[in-house]
Amino acid sequence: MSPAKAPAKPVRILLAKVGLDGHDRGVKVVARALRDAGYEVIYTGLRQTPEMVVDAALQEDAQVIGLSLHSGAHMTLFPAVVSELKKKNATDIIVFGGGIIPDDDVEELKKQGVAELFTPGTPLQDIVEWLRKRFPSS
Amino acid sequence: MRALARAITMVERRDAEVRELQQALRDRVQTPYVVGFTGAPGTGKSTLVDALVALLRKRERSVAVIATDPNSPFTGGAILGDRIRMQRHALDPKVFIRSMGARGHLGGLSLAAREAIRLLGAFGFDPVILETVGVGQSELEVAAVADTTVVVLTPNLGDGVQMIKAGILEIADIFVVNKADLEGHQRVATELRSMLSLAPKSQDKAWKQPIVATSATRQEGIEELWAAIESHRKHREAGGKAKAQAEQRLKDETAEVVAEIARQRAREALADGGVLAERLREDGTPYEVAEEILRLLRGPRELTP
Amino acid sequence: MKVRARDPHQVWREEFESSRTKRTDNIETSTISGVPVKPLYTSDDLPVRAEEMPGQYPYTRGIHPTGYRGRLWTMRQFSGFATAEETNKRYKYLLANGQTGLSVAFDMPTLMGQDSDAPTSRGEIGHCGVAVDSLADMETLFDGIPLGDITTSMTINSPAAILLCMYLAVAEKQGVPFKKLGGTLQNDILKEFIAQKEFIFPPEPSMRLVVDSIEYCAAEVPKWNTISISGYHIREAGSTAAQELAFTLAVEEIAKFRAARRIWARWMREKYGAQDERSWKLRFHTQTAGVSLTAQQPELNIARTALEALSAVLGGTQSLHTNAMDEVLALPTDDSARLALRTQQLIAYETGVVNTIDPLGGSYFIESLTDEIERQAEAYFRRIEELGGVIPAIEAGFFQKEIADAAFRYQQELEQKRRIMIGVNDFTVDEEAPIEILRIDPKLEAQQVERVRAVRARRDQARCEAALNRLRTAAAGSDNLMPHILEAVKAYATEGEIMNTLIDVFGVYTEKAVI
Repeated sequence: MSPAKAPAKPVRILLAKVGLDGHDRGVKVVARALRDAGYEVIYTGLRQTPEMVVDAALQEDAQVIGLSLHSGAHMTLFPAVVSELKKKNATDIIVFGGGIIPDDDVEELKKQGVAELFTPGTPLQDIVEWLRKRFPSS
Repeated sequence: MRALARAITMVERRDAEVRELQQALRDRVQTPYVVGFTGAPGTGKSTLVDALVALLRKRERSVAVIATDPNSPFTGGAILGDRIRMQRHALDPKVFIRSMGARGHLGGLSLAAREAIRLLGAFGFDPVILETVGVGQSELEVAAVADTTVVVLTPNLGDGVQMIKAGILEIADIFVVNKADLEGHQRVATELRSMLSLAPKSQDKAWKQPIVATSATRQEGIEELWAAIESHRKHREAGGKAKAQAEQRLKDETAEVVAEIARQRAREALADGGVLAERLREDGTPYEVAEEILRLLRGPRELTP
Repeated sequence: MKVRARDPHQVWREEFESSRTKRTDNIETSTISGVPVKPLYTSDDLPVRAEEMPGQYPYTRGIHPTGYRGRLWTMRQFSGFATAEETNKRYKYLLANGQTGLSVAFDMPTLMGQDSDAPTSRGEIGHCGVAVDSLADMETLFDGIPLGDITTSMTINSPAAILLCMYLAVAEKQGVPFKKLGGTLQNDILKEFIAQKEFIFPPEPSMRLVVDSIEYCAAEVPKWNTISISGYHIREAGSTAAQELAFTLAVEEIAKFRAARRIWARWMREKYGAQDERSWKLRFHTQTAGVSLTAQQPELNIARTALEALSAVLGGTQSLHTNAMDEVLALPTDDSARLALRTQQLIAYETGVVNTIDPLGGSYFIESLTDEIERQAEAYFRRIEELGGVIPAIEAGFFQKEIADAAFRYQQELEQKRRIMIGVNDFTVDEEAPIEILRIDPKLEAQQVERVRAVRARRDQARCEAALNRLRTAAAGSDNLMPHILEAVKAYATEGEIMNTLIDVFGVYTEKAVI
């Protein structure tokens, strides 16, 4: 990945592992790639509940929340983050997710307000490009 | 909470609206007590701060943490991971944790941190804990902002007390030897004590830098640490040092703000394709163009850092 | 003048160098672990050493003199989903199809030592394994399966002692003496801190539980393998083969297994002075690589798994799990689980590779690679020692950093197309027909929550509390905790209750951020 020009006002992205599994390989690789693309990444670690993720995102004034999960609980926990954001009047924060997610679930999660889902095999550049489209100034 | 978080982002980005915000909060400003934590990577600072937050919450204090991390200077990106150790406080509305990248600007993090501290004070958080990893100049910046600076060491330093980075002994108001459960803990404390007794390092001659043993993972020594911080606070206030330092810092900060504004205006003035950029190319030296920019600075424009 | 024949090595080199038919793509030729691979190996690469033989120290060629002519490996499919009742049906189905051992996959709440009705269990129950909350679930799981006749592997770590006690309690109810029970407990807590991250207690009390279970079983359940060191999760987290070896005990896979046996034997005999020959023999279970599976063109996973399983067999594994093609998407269906088992049977009965012991022994390439992996692993062991051993190295974040670096490097190689993953970054197709996957009925979650509550309601509460209190006291002291855990299990204390009792005494661990 080619290093980007330093954005004047870095976009802040909160990355979290929700759910109980400890597979953090993917989220850490994504964290490094986003850092190298000029984003400010706040990583909150393993086993975060939707409430913890949203509160941390609010305190950090993150514009984006990235969720990683490999245990199969995505249909419960991803929408729970979205509805927690609604509860806190913070629906301007964009939520994306990654993990082992079957196609049918991808469609359903998008309907429920998750902006995008990245499944295994997604090139890191796709994630960066998706963010660049969302935040052209970055 | 969101208003506060957004305001901190504004001061970090040095948005134009910052001045308005500062005016609006003018009457609410209650400067909180600032405790700085610094130390080499791996000394357990975040765990220690987490334990201190837990203690302060038991004492019903509202506490904020600013965790700073050096940015990747090339891309401006960063991975800020200090929250991991503190996430158990995530749902507590009386704890506010904010991660801050250094953003590579020349003023470092101190300007943004000072502004953020004022905002946190205005929202009722006191004390504010400012944590930084001890690389580059970051610990000096923390010491320049903190009322009490805590320097964290561990027994597994490897090279012993002699090798502690230059300048660190002088900025400490309190030393913590963390990981007191590890072997070699006594040795580090003893070496440090004898070194300090031979040649006291504190810049405040009337203050003897205490050494506190903690084990953050076992929550041991945290009460003692807070007691040491409190006694340093009382010492500063009793000696009138606090007031004098506050005045001096305000002057320093003002000078920094001026420098920051000047720097920004200079960059604008030197933008590619402009007259001054062209002149600079012809001159090959900076001084005459600099004079010209300083003349421009005296112009009527609003000062917006 | 006499014409001297030219050296054939030299001739080949010249021909290779001058040949115009060479691929010009930028594909990485080193192994995934970064071991450089030459285009050709010859007798020059063959290490000079005394002949190695199967069944003889240092066991590079296998621990048994008979290899697979003596006995095939155990076909042990890792399996579990939804509730104990559903999984019990799957076990019976797999045994009926020729599987030779059981291997239990638990769901995340069970692995993390919490009950199905804990708030953080929502959405997780029965998804990546079977939910076991109490002895009642374990009874259902093995209903109609005589524990004296099969061996069972249980992949669980932080709460391993509790699940083992549940298994023991089921055996007791079936009237099977502990001395007859065979099986394996993963119980490999250190790799949890390094890679899999299913830690709960801090490292020290975690190690105490491991030691307690080993000591207890040595006396009471002598045929049980009380610990199984896992490289799998470390590799899955991104490490390379040499790191995996060095971190845990601390083609390429075949060489890895051969090198591992040799290193193990040498360290046991020479470094630790182990006297019993049996302790020099490294036995291992192999699981094909989940990380190599792709969601794109998932049928390809059958071929991938077959090739990986073949290397495990060529490397001389004692026991094998083959991944199902749909495991990248969900837990396997009945059909895909059977297909995965059939893949092993095919290797065992159709390929003929089992007829010769260590069939690749003596290959210029394999022997040279075995030595190279051994060298790299030894270099890692030295670095770990320099850091003060495994636990200080964990606390310093050493392994975590090395793994994160290797994972990132591999990902970059994929993106630059210096590594090809078929269907992912090359040979892709535009439209793919979705495959049938196993869906966990959301109703099962509520049923399982109901079930654990019912167990709590109908048990002898006084007996349960008394057992938990005795466990708490014992945990604060230095007694072996196994008999106390067994008592609590038999009083139908739930897994979560037992864990929380231990957490009261031991505390919990939070990891250092290593990114």
